[in-house]
Amino acid sequence: MASIWQYANPQKFMQSTTAVLPYLAVLTVAALATGLIWGFFFTPDDYKQGSTVKIIYLHVPAALMAINAWFMMLVASLIWFVRRHHVSALAAKAAAPIGMTMTLIALITGALWGQPMWGTYWAWDPRLTTFLILFLFYLGYIALWAAIESPDIAADLTSVLCMVGSVFALLSRYAVNFWNQGLHQGASLSLDKEENVADVFYLPLLVCIAGFVLLFITLVLLRTRTEIRARRLQALIARERMA
Amino acid sequence: MMPDLGKYAGAVLSSYGLSLIALALLVGLSLLKSASVRKQLDAAEKRREKHG
Repeated sequence: MASIWQYANPQKFMQSTTAVLPYLAVLTVAALATGLIWGFFFTPDDYKQGSTVKIIYLHVPAALMAINAWFMMLVASLIWFVRRHHVSALAAKAAAPIGMTMTLIALITGALWGQPMWGTYWAWDPRLTTFLILFLFYLGYIALWAAIESPDIAADLTSVLCMVGSVFALLSRYAVNFWNQGLHQGASLSLDKEENVADVFYLPLLVCIAGFVLLFITLVLLRTRTEIRARRLQALIARERMA
Repeated sequence: MMPDLGKYAGAVLSSYGLSLIALALLVGLSLLKSASVRKQLDAAEKRREKHG
C-alpha cells in the first residue's frame, strides 16, 4: 500500500489532484445545490422560529467548517513542524481564507438569525465571542503569512499561531457546554434524538454539511496547487535574477 | 414557487444573499489567482527553456 507521505512530494500532489479535482467540483456543486434548494424551498417553517429556521442550512455548516478548517490547519502545521513537508505548510496557508470566509458567514447569518429570535444582532455570549476571536485569529494568521518574506520562517511562525488559536477553535465548539450561559443554544446535531433537530430539517441539513465539506476540500486542493505553483515561480524568478 | 417567508423574509433573504456572495467571491478569487499564477509560471518556464 502506498504511503500517505508520497503526497508530500509536490509533483505527486499535483498529479493526483489533477485527476480528482473535476469530480470533486461536480460533487460539491451537486451537494450544495441539492441541500440549499431542498432546505430553502421544500422544508416547512418551525413552529417557534418561523421561516428563520431556513438560515440553519447556511449557519450550521459554515460554523462547523470554520472550526474544522482550523483543526485541519493545526494538523498540517504539526506535520510541517515534525516532518518539514512543504506541501503541508502550503495546505495550511491555503485553508486559512476558506476558514475565515466560513467564520464570517457563521457570524453574519448568526447575527441576522439572532435579531428576530433574541432581539439583538450581537451579544457577548461565550460562543459568539469565541467565534469572533477565531475570526480575528484567521485574519492574524493570513496577515502573518503575508508579512514574512522567508517561506520557511513564515510557516514556522504561523504554525505556532495556529497552535495558540486552536484553544479558541476548541472553545468556540464547546463554549456553550463549558459556561452553560448566554443566548446561544447547544449543538443542533446530536446523537440524542431529543436534542437533535427534527427529521424534516435534519436530512437537508446533512446534505448542506456534505456540500460545505466538499467545497472546503475542493478549494483547499485548488488553492494548495496555486501555492505550489507560486513557490516554483518564486524559485524560477530568483534563479533568473542570479543569472 | 418562492416560499412565503412572512415577517422574517428580510433576515432569511439577507442571510442567503450575503452568504452566497461571500462563497462566490471566495471561489472566484481562488480561480482567478490560480489562473494568474499558472500563466506566470508557464511564461517563466518558457524563458528558462529558451535561455537554458
